Amino acid sequence: MKAKIRKIATFVEETCTEMGRPINPPTRRAAAVAVIENPCAGKYVEDLTELMAIGEELGDLLTQRAVAALGIDGPKAESYGKAAAVGENGELEHAAAVLHPKLGTPVRKVLGKGTALIPSSKKRGGLGVVLDIPLGHKDAAYVRSHFDGMEVRLNDAPRANEIMIAIAVTDSGRPLARVGGLTKEQIKGEDGLR
Amino acid sequence: MPDVQLRKRLLSVEEIFHEGGPIAEQPLKRAAALAVIHNPFAGAYVEKIESFMDDLKPLGLEMARALVKALGGDPKSIEGYGKGAIVGSDGEIEHGALWHVPGGYAMREALGGAKAIVASTKKVGDPGARLDVPITHINASYVRSHFDAMEVGLADAPRADEILLALVMTTGPRVHARVGGLKASEIKGEDGLR
Repeated sequence: MKAKIRKIATFVEETCTEMGRPINPPTRRAAAVAVIENPCAGKYVEDLTELMAIGEELGDLLTQRAVAALGIDGPKAESYGKAAAVGENGELEHAAAVLHPKLGTPVRKVLGKGTALIPSSKKRGGLGVVLDIPLGHKDAAYVRSHFDGMEVRLNDAPRANEIMIAIAVTDSGRPLARVGGLTKEQIKGEDGLR
Repeated sequence: MPDVQLRKRLLSVEEIFHEGGPIAEQPLKRAAALAVIHNPFAGAYVEKIESFMDDLKPLGLEMARALVKALGGDPKSIEGYGKGAIVGSDGEIEHGALWHVPGGYAMREALGGAKAIVASTKKVGDPGARLDVPITHINASYVRSHFDAMEVGLADAPRADEILLALVMTTGPRVHARVGGLKASEIKGEDGLR
């Protein structure tokens, strides 16, 4: 393991009713979050290869955790997203190095497919910073019922020399989705968009 | 008798490997189960509320069992517990107190008996309010290594007419516990205190 992990947290959120209407089966979102040491904290480091390799490792680990928390097989997942928060001694570019170059491939391996871009967000912040992980359908980014977001927060992370990385996976769209657009039944699944 | 109307649930698990010191042989796990329910007494002073405690028992039991499962499935591996409630702004703190009996009953039932009083806290709060749920050893309140707390909350709960109920369980002492006091190995187990 290249990543020096301090803690891992998982969250499963289940919506059973919305505006008084039963949601059956409930919509479910899961997130897995790792808090790691930032090997590049406190100084300018030109080559961020180490963080990219960490991203590859965490792409697999966190997706496995999220899917296990939902209790489903990877291919049953419907939407996904990723996010990172860098502690105050790090750069936003450190979050980019973990999230973008190598994290996606293992995520898609666990989920079977995943032709759509994995929506992402990043920020720098202190302990307790809130990550709003954007969510989109994993095979067709335009599926409107699956545009969503999931908030995660750990009161004790990220410390100044840490990065927290989150991957969110769902087995459903929004509860009571009714604003039209492309539906999941209409997915062609060729270009990752429709 | 009012029904328990569940809007959403959250199950979160933290796995803590270290906090700057030696990496734990067995990572500490802490889990929280949250349930957001309609507050049947919101908006008015209701004198007789006690019977709602019985109504909450099945939900409590479901939450306690979900925690044991999330922490590996073996009730014997659970060493710490706590509970709490956040009452939405149209309710009173007394409504949060309704959780004492069913929450405690549920965890003892799921753990096959536990001697110590279940540490608890409660407050009135808006959506996004955070609650630091206190944690103590399940069989002896004075075990110093197991005094802990877990922060919980949900961005969209409790609404004004809701109550957010929380149960937490842990699998061991704080990850680098070293401030002395009664040890888990010294528990007499007679009075729930030592």
